[in-house]
Amino acid sequence: MVKEEQELANRPDNTAFTQQRLPAWQPMLSAGIVIPGFVLIGLAFIGIGVALFVTSRSIQVLELDYTGVGQNSPCYKCTYPNVSNCVCDLDFSIDSLFKGTVFFYYGLSNYFQNFRKYGVSKDDVQLSGDLTNFKSPSDTCSPYVYDSNNQPIVPCGSIANSMFNDTFQLFQKINGTKTLVPFDGKGIAWWTDYNIKYRNPSVTPLKNAFNSTVKPIFWSKPAYDLDISDPANNGFINQNFLVWMRRAALPNFRKLYGRIDEGVYAQGLPAGNYSLAIAYNYPVLSFDGRKKVVFSNVSWMGGKNEFLGIAYLVIGSLCILMSIVMLIVYAKFKFPEED
Amino acid sequence: MARESEEPGMAKASKVKRQRKKKPKENKTRTVHANLLYDNAKGEENPNRNYANNKIKTTKYTVLSFLPKNLFEQFHRFANVYFVFIALLNFVPVVNAFQPELALAPVVFILSVTAIKDLWEDYRRHRSDQEINHMDCLVYNRAERRYTERYWKEVRVGDFIRLRCNEILPADVLLLSSSDPDRLCHIETATLDGETNLKQRQVVRSFFDLDCDFDPLKYNGIIECEKPNNDLNRFRGYIIHRSGRRDALYKENLLLRGCTIRNTEEAVGIVIYAGHETKAMLNNNGPRYKRSKLERQMNVDVFWCVIILLVMCLFAAVGHGLWMFQYGDKRPVFDVLSPEGTDLSPIMSAIYLFLTMIIVFQVLIPISLFVSIEIVKICQVYFIHQDMDLYDEETDSHLQCRALNITEDLGQMQYIFSDKTGTLTENKMVFRRCTVAGVEYSHDANARRLAMYQEMDSEEEDCTSHGGTLPRRDSVTSHQSARVVLRSQSTKSHRRTGSRAEAKRASILSKHTAFSSPMEKDITPDPQLLDKVNECSSQMDFMRFHNQPMSQLPSDLADIIDFFIALTICNTVVVSSPNQPRQKVRMRFELKSPVKTIEDFIKRFTPSRLTSGSNSSSSSSLITNRSSNRGCSSLLSSPSAESTLTKLDEEQSPQGMEHSFGPVPPCYNGNAWNLEDGELRYEAESPDEAALVYAARAYKCSLVGRLPDQVTVELPHLGKLSFELLHTLCFDSTRKRMSVVVRHPLTDQITVYTKGADSAIMDLIRPPDTGSSKGKRQKKIVSRTQNYLNLYAADGLRTLCIAKKILSKEQYACWLQRHLQAETAIQGREELLFDSALRLETNLQLLGATGIEDRLQDGVPETIASLRKAGLQIWVLTGDKQETAVNIAYACKLLDPEEEILTLNADSQEACALLLEESLHYIQAKFLCSSTDQAAKAFHSNFAPFEIYPSSSPSSSSHTTPFTVLQLGLVIDGRTLAYALDKSLEDKFLAVARSCRSVLCCRSTPLQKSMVVKLVRNKLKVMTLAIGDGANDVSMIQVADVGVGISGQEGMQAVMASDFALPRFRYLQKLLLVHGHWCYSRLANMILYFFYKNAMFVALIFWYQFYCGFSGSAMIDQWYLIFFNLMFSAFPQLITGTLDKDVSAETLQQLPQLYVNGQNSEEYKPYMFWMNMIDAFYQSLVCFFIPYFAYADSDVDLFTWGTPITTLALLTILVHLGIETKTWTWMNWLSIAFSTALFFTVALCYNASCPTCYTPSNPYWTMQRLLQDPLFYLLCVITPVAALLPRYFYRACQGTLFPTPVQVGRQLDKLPTETRRNILSLRRVKAGSALSPKPPFLSLSKPSPKGCNKKDLRSFPSSETSQGPALQMDEQGQRSPLGPADSNKGPLDLYAIVPTEKDTLPYTKDTPKLPEEPRPPSTKDSECLGKTLEASDVSLSGWITSTPLLSQTGSVQLNLPPAGDSQCVKYTRNSDQRLKSDHSIHPAQRTEQGAEQSLHTTL
Repeated sequence: MVKEEQELANRPDNTAFTQQRLPAWQPMLSAGIVIPGFVLIGLAFIGIGVALFVTSRSIQVLELDYTGVGQNSPCYKCTYPNVSNCVCDLDFSIDSLFKGTVFFYYGLSNYFQNFRKYGVSKDDVQLSGDLTNFKSPSDTCSPYVYDSNNQPIVPCGSIANSMFNDTFQLFQKINGTKTLVPFDGKGIAWWTDYNIKYRNPSVTPLKNAFNSTVKPIFWSKPAYDLDISDPANNGFINQNFLVWMRRAALPNFRKLYGRIDEGVYAQGLPAGNYSLAIAYNYPVLSFDGRKKVVFSNVSWMGGKNEFLGIAYLVIGSLCILMSIVMLIVYAKFKFPEED
Repeated sequence: MARESEEPGMAKASKVKRQRKKKPKENKTRTVHANLLYDNAKGEENPNRNYANNKIKTTKYTVLSFLPKNLFEQFHRFANVYFVFIALLNFVPVVNAFQPELALAPVVFILSVTAIKDLWEDYRRHRSDQEINHMDCLVYNRAERRYTERYWKEVRVGDFIRLRCNEILPADVLLLSSSDPDRLCHIETATLDGETNLKQRQVVRSFFDLDCDFDPLKYNGIIECEKPNNDLNRFRGYIIHRSGRRDALYKENLLLRGCTIRNTEEAVGIVIYAGHETKAMLNNNGPRYKRSKLERQMNVDVFWCVIILLVMCLFAAVGHGLWMFQYGDKRPVFDVLSPEGTDLSPIMSAIYLFLTMIIVFQVLIPISLFVSIEIVKICQVYFIHQDMDLYDEETDSHLQCRALNITEDLGQMQYIFSDKTGTLTENKMVFRRCTVAGVEYSHDANARRLAMYQEMDSEEEDCTSHGGTLPRRDSVTSHQSARVVLRSQSTKSHRRTGSRAEAKRASILSKHTAFSSPMEKDITPDPQLLDKVNECSSQMDFMRFHNQPMSQLPSDLADIIDFFIALTICNTVVVSSPNQPRQKVRMRFELKSPVKTIEDFIKRFTPSRLTSGSNSSSSSSLITNRSSNRGCSSLLSSPSAESTLTKLDEEQSPQGMEHSFGPVPPCYNGNAWNLEDGELRYEAESPDEAALVYAARAYKCSLVGRLPDQVTVELPHLGKLSFELLHTLCFDSTRKRMSVVVRHPLTDQITVYTKGADSAIMDLIRPPDTGSSKGKRQKKIVSRTQNYLNLYAADGLRTLCIAKKILSKEQYACWLQRHLQAETAIQGREELLFDSALRLETNLQLLGATGIEDRLQDGVPETIASLRKAGLQIWVLTGDKQETAVNIAYACKLLDPEEEILTLNADSQEACALLLEESLHYIQAKFLCSSTDQAAKAFHSNFAPFEIYPSSSPSSSSHTTPFTVLQLGLVIDGRTLAYALDKSLEDKFLAVARSCRSVLCCRSTPLQKSMVVKLVRNKLKVMTLAIGDGANDVSMIQVADVGVGISGQEGMQAVMASDFALPRFRYLQKLLLVHGHWCYSRLANMILYFFYKNAMFVALIFWYQFYCGFSGSAMIDQWYLIFFNLMFSAFPQLITGTLDKDVSAETLQQLPQLYVNGQNSEEYKPYMFWMNMIDAFYQSLVCFFIPYFAYADSDVDLFTWGTPITTLALLTILVHLGIETKTWTWMNWLSIAFSTALFFTVALCYNASCPTCYTPSNPYWTMQRLLQDPLFYLLCVITPVAALLPRYFYRACQGTLFPTPVQVGRQLDKLPTETRRNILSLRRVKAGSALSPKPPFLSLSKPSPKGCNKKDLRSFPSSETSQGPALQMDEQGQRSPLGPADSNKGPLDLYAIVPTEKDTLPYTKDTPKLPEEPRPPSTKDSECLGKTLEASDVSLSGWITSTPLLSQTGSVQLNLPPAGDSQCVKYTRNSDQRLKSDHSIHPAQRTEQGAEQSLHTTL
């Protein structure tokens, strides 16, 4: 016996694997499986779609463009050349209560934050508070590494340089008096950005760290002075700076500016007349951009977006339609032949 | 004494060396000196120093050279260069898209995978090199004066080596001494050429007479020989002795590296070639590299991908330019200036962007595709290797894939070219019957015995009988039947212990003997012949006893005994005894060498010996002669060959050599043998030799010993007779015969026995002088033998003719002189020897003929039937004669009795052209009446050599053969084939051949075989497979797309040349139908999937360019982008590509029609690439825009938006693979789960690892946040569904409503085995019609085509029946039984019927005349037409009306010899499937030479 086995040294192993006989499931695309399958998927999708659609419908959104293109636009005056520190008031009214926490966004259109070279133009090491990169920022920041006097720019790079610098104040107009609606600017950036990714250098006061550096060319204030009211919101961990540094995916985007969740406005923005005072600084008309502000409340699935619900409904209906088509074709072609 | 002789030798040698040094180095030869002479002067002085030493190094790399060399090799692949270029492009700051280091990752990965693979292979080679280099051998050491152990690698050219039994030769060694008394050395060359029989090698002649041990110190020769070359069968050179004498060296003197010494205790030789210069190493080529059809097709699509890539890049570049342009001078804040702070013009940025896009989109060119394909192919090869069904237990061998990269070609074959002998047949030659002196001995009992084996085979292996060629079973004597019963019992008991398989294993595994299963060995003799042999030998014994001359023996008895002697000795069979395997039987009556020198001849044949006493035995005189030559010191002091020749001349003239040799008593020693002949084993070079020797042994005429100079034969009553073997003229394929020259011990005549193909022998028969009665008898024998030969051939037997010739002493001397000149010639020796042989083999006397059966291998008809069902065209190319080939073809179901057969035999180019023309017309007629009018119209409009027959079936597209294959068989012989392969006719020939269902080329040479394959391959653009087993198939195997070798009995040459080596022919079925199909469909699907996957992934980024100002920005993190192909999506497709089975093996084999799938490339058609591309673009649109709209107008950041897209793409791609996967094993599930898990794990780790690294994307915590977002999950559900909905819907609709054959097969697989079997058996017919590519379109049994046939044949005036007098014969009862009495009459009757044959008797050379000047065929055509119109009409109608009666018989005669004497072949098959034929082929063949001769004379 042993000898025999030795003789047949070349005999292949007789296992299910080597003989390609592994037990296998063979999904068969037969009508009996496919048609009910399509119907089931369709029904499930329609269910989800309806839920999503309803949820999305409940979200309230108010968008106001303030670029100032039209003559009638309140911010038109600010679009003149050589106008500085222009403030315009944008009046609007809300018909019904904005429920829950209202998020306040600013939006830009036709603004390509996803431009490839623009996206590269930053120095992550510098932004994480490394002082050596204060003195000699990374080359990736070009062309905003050094200013004309060869002083290093901090924060360097195109993204930081182009930071959005319009500011907003919202007033509720009740009987002619303006009541400030406070924006809560805390925690609008990612927690990880604020706490881990971006760090100020551990120098106190912060201003000293920026010695022998210059502010970005487009900035009016240096980085350590971004928020005069809150010293902790300065430098690289300024919330608006963090929000800006997170590049938008698409050319039309909005960025969170603040939440309205304080005092009487914690339950929402009541109906009424409002006025938004805008410090109009950021030029967009040169590249045909648009600026807007957005008030919105959110649901469990985020902001208002009816698309997903509709998509589920469409795909679900398509599935059911296909199953019907197949059933008809099947009945027409297959059954007589089977007989 | 020894010392003294050494000194001058050394001096002289060194002088010679010095002289040589002055000369310019000769290029043609190599000079080898003994190293011993130069031991003191190491290095510089040694003349052998320039030759390679014996250290072998097969590794490609060294430690240092590995990296550069390997990289250099890898960069030969264009794709690698491309990817390196892209990676380097990334280092240019202006255009870079990714982190440069990261961009290098994929190409480095790919290169390093290949490099590691190469390194591993090289390491294995290194290991085996080391092992081989450190083997031991004995090398003579001058200092110690003995042989010392050295490593192989230390052996140098010029060393003396002592070899012991069973040692492996370390280098190519010239044999100088052997312990064997015959100065022989036996070697086994199995490792070299796989032939298991022993080969004899001889000591160099100068050292032949050396009786004491060879002393290397005394050696003083200089060897001049060829430069190293790889021809195993060639070695030429000479040795120059100190005396100045030259001795020629032959391949018989050379022992080749790698062979094993057998049967020889000790041998000494000098190393001639060492290490890499040995013939074995020079023959060792690496694996073959072929590119498969699929890969060629794939490369086209890779090219398309490049185009798509460039278009996409160009589009993006233009878009970017325009986008930049629209801003004009106002640069937006998000635009970034160049590092210098200046603006880039839109055009410049467009150009830069173009390059950037190439980097970003590089994934479109599937970098990992090539590596993946290689991995999958290796796995496929592994599975093919492992298949139990392709494993032959008898030989313990399994299929070998020698070419690793063309597995998928197996699934796309369209034409199979097969050898016959050894491929379709077993190459086990079984003696069946013989004709001696014109009398046929039918060997019925033997036939029954063979039938018994066959039955048992079919019992055991459950396959049906091979049919066709079984002999008659009547007229059995009681004596025979008793024997048969006895034998059957013994074989049955044998069978119980393991049967034929056991026997074969015993014979092959133990390697005792080649070609000798009991079936071949145990031959039951024909009683009649046995009686005659007994009678004859007793008479001879009596005559010898009474000292009567042997010539008084009746000539028929003399012929019989001569016949058997010829069978016994006219071969190169070596005798060994089985008890001591491979131990040669050492029986020696006398010491004689074959006549190899003139002096030898003089010694043996000078009158002095005759005068010394006519009664003294030749042996004694020779022994004395020899003894005078003995003595160790006397080293070759004999005069040179030239002087001997003159001496011979001198001696010849006075004495005239006219004395006849007196009768010499035979060397007879009855007691010397203690072995019974039954225990002897015969080792033959070819199986038919062994068969004949065994056959002769059955008649008690057995070969008992063979030495280089003598053959010993044991005859009944006479006992042992020793034939002095003067010459052996070996078989060669040009002469097609072999001869031995012996001195007959009884008559002392010099006799030539010749054995060869009938065509070769019959032409050499001495024309009988018709006057004498002897001459008449001769004539009768020849004609009868010819008839029997035809009958044998018709029975599918291989025929051999045996002839003899008696030489007078003068004739012999005359011939010998020139022969010796030829033998000693250095230049053109082969040609001279060939001429010499031709001079000898003339005027032969025919003794008889043998018929040997070559049995069909198991399962050949079934395999051919199912391969044919699979849509494969099978052509058989054989060197056999036409009748044999046709019969084997019927037996293996290659030709069908229902088929009509076109036989093309032509004598000239014009005739061949005419024949082909007619065949075309005939096929056309047949086509016209069997197809619809529409097709006929198309036929007319498309009339061109290659588009004659447009396909009428929709399934065969333009890609496949557009020809309709008719129920026709084409038989063509070698000569006609040569004409047909001419440039002017090849198109026509192909047009004819491709419309035939099967083609049979007989009498074709190896070159013709390869030409046919090449022609079909190149002209028809089809995939060809050549299968063969012998050296004559090598060229065909190499030319074909896939070469398959049968590792059978004829050595390994075919296997060495092949891509796949099979143990048996029938395995071809599973190899092609199952593995081929699987490999093809797996790879095709995988490649398409690859293209889809990459396109789909890259398109995502492309769509994004519309939203980022065409800036080359990507929302997919660069890590994902680069590792997507390499890691995340790599494994599932590999698993599917390796394991997926679209249809189960059983169904594939039961429904061979499914193979058409691969033939038509249905899994991967060009449009499928584009369909996949479109689907990929659609899916990417879905994967892009669903997230786009879902996140539109939100505060989502770039990578929080891009990561879901990546995830969705991955999921979609995986589910897509799931749809395409047909069988889900746990490995598929695992791989998909693994891929998904890997992606998320990598993403989570990556996104958590370093907050500030990975600029610019910097995706810290992105995935973690996404996983908390319900929107992400909602997207993950809807997107893959939406993306795959169309594909799934299409698959579902098509699979349920309009299933392809493969899908039907898959549905069958799902059914329970029982139901499936029932359905298959029911479906067989239905499936045939539903699934087969060519609907059965012409059935001969239908009456309508017949009638149509008739009409159309008439309407085509040049159709074959109107050409010349056609021969219509009712063959019923025509063929006579083969009983001796009837058989005399039968064939003669047949001859009588053929009217035109009367004056062209086959063996007369003068009758057929070639036309003096070639007539234009057209005039002849019309002439014949006019003459025979009436007759043909009659015969035609007669034939047509007679066909239904003959139960589906088709017969077409196409013979057009130019002289007008028609030779017709008509095959008629009756119901019991026996072929009855009337042969008049032979005249045509016979007349060839005559015609040539007459041509020569007229010129």
